[in-house]
Amino acid sequence: MVTGLKDEDLKKVYTVTYKPNAKYGYSAGQAYSVFLQGLKDGKILGRRCNKCGRVYVPPRMYCEYCFRPTDEWIEVKDEGIVMTAVASFISWTRERLETPEIVGVIRLYPSRDNDFVYPGLFHRICTTYEKVKDMSIIGKKVKAVWKPKEQRVGSINDIECFKEVE
Amino acid sequence: MSGMKPNIYFNKRVAVVGAGLTLFRRRIWETPQEMSWEAARKALDEAGLELKDIDCVVIGSAPDAFDGIHMKGEYLSHGAGGIRKMVSRVFVGGATGVMTPIAGWYHVASGLCSKVLVVAEEKMSPGRPHPQAVFKYIWDPITEKPLNPNLIWIFAMEMHRYMKAYNIKKEDIALVSVKNKNNAIDNPYAQIPAKITVEDVLKSEVLVWPVQLLDISPVSDGAAAMVLVGEDQARQLTDTPVWIEGVGWTLDSTGWPGRDLAYPRYLEHAARMAYKMAGIERPYKEIDVVEPYDPFDYKELHHLEGLMIAKRGEAPKLLKEGVFDRNGDIPSSPSGGLLGVGNPIAAAGLMKTISIYWQLKGTAGKMQVKKPVHTGVAQAWGDLMQASTVIVMRN
Repeated sequence: MVTGLKDEDLKKVYTVTYKPNAKYGYSAGQAYSVFLQGLKDGKILGRRCNKCGRVYVPPRMYCEYCFRPTDEWIEVKDEGIVMTAVASFISWTRERLETPEIVGVIRLYPSRDNDFVYPGLFHRICTTYEKVKDMSIIGKKVKAVWKPKEQRVGSINDIECFKEVE
Repeated sequence: MSGMKPNIYFNKRVAVVGAGLTLFRRRIWETPQEMSWEAARKALDEAGLELKDIDCVVIGSAPDAFDGIHMKGEYLSHGAGGIRKMVSRVFVGGATGVMTPIAGWYHVASGLCSKVLVVAEEKMSPGRPHPQAVFKYIWDPITEKPLNPNLIWIFAMEMHRYMKAYNIKKEDIALVSVKNKNNAIDNPYAQIPAKITVEDVLKSEVLVWPVQLLDISPVSDGAAAMVLVGEDQARQLTDTPVWIEGVGWTLDSTGWPGRDLAYPRYLEHAARMAYKMAGIERPYKEIDVVEPYDPFDYKELHHLEGLMIAKRGEAPKLLKEGVFDRNGDIPSSPSGGLLGVGNPIAAAGLMKTISIYWQLKGTAGKMQVKKPVHTGVAQAWGDLMQASTVIVMRN
């Protein structure tokens, strides 16, 4: 029968600790390189498959469904609808955050309300905890808040957040 | 019902004849190999077999980074009984725990192996300061990871989408946690059995709204194992084999921000495949007991809908009516689920499969559901809102 330990018990048994020093440089590849350049230029770029009509944001050079090359780059709007939004009181290492970080999914235009798949981005949403809590932000129209041009580096963080359009 | 089976040719029917579990705990002193050995030995003992009787071994384990050891399948193999045998490891994220017996099933159903040992293990405790940090590396490195996400974000996003789409309240979802932690009181392997109230869930620490501490399964270590044999062997080994009658699995795209999270389409596909194989046409009438994957409380409801046991958005209503209680019409997570028993990822899914096996065999002890059971379903889920695995068993 296995033995469950309490946190403090870990000091009383033999353990070996190790901290890996792993660093990665992820290359952005065919589609994302153009996408990141687009962000630097203040545009959200997608790829369209002319066979099924799907617009991929983030872009793909192939259509997942038709399994053929996508056909063309298109600029989608930097506006869309909040599909979901949450307020995080913990960091990625599970440390407590005093001010919640608000993130969600934005269904970008062009798309329709009843689409099951659509050009969509995961990003921060500049709104209040109250609007997340009562779910009123979900379904609202939002627009990208861009970093000033000289601060953009070709990163998803070139967009500060998406903010409600009055 | 068997008359409705589709025209799929299998070399052999496959039966479960033994299973074993370790305790599920927050920090287990034993190594992953030692945990695997304990579960595997117990499963062989229940089956009345020795390792020499086993042809093939299938190992299941989720990301290597939890245990902190690469090539985890190979690492676990001696504890899992794999030495000098045909061994493979399967991995489909959190759905691995049910994929492992499915892989065991096709080893036997194909006629390749006659007796298979299936072992699933996870040790989440070694990561410091918290295994949460490991989850950062499942996200897209270019478009998602730079936002510094934690795993709970994606669940919270799905939960809020589900709540908004079907007008579901947090207190209705919290009932899952209350039910499962209470069911776990009767499970001798459980890590966090408890009698709690809806109020306790709603008052617990807010992690990522709408997710609170008691909406989530804990960090766990544990192992599980199962023995599968062909029909020619099954009757010699036991008077009460439990048959695997349907399997299904589907992976959707990692492009989760580009599809509606309100409904798990990929699970419906997996369920339809398994039901077709098992000849199930009306899942809400023909399934007697179910173990849907419940790493978060809303997930059990979401999965009951994807399994077509409840209509879309209606699982909370049935839950409130008591349909999913242990003595209800369709008991759901009578083991106590991940919320009550614990969540050593791959081992948790196999624990769910074993729970159904013990229910159908009638050896679930205090966990045994009240009604007579003939057909049971276990399901797991994983990756970036992508993968589902479904197994149908009958006695």
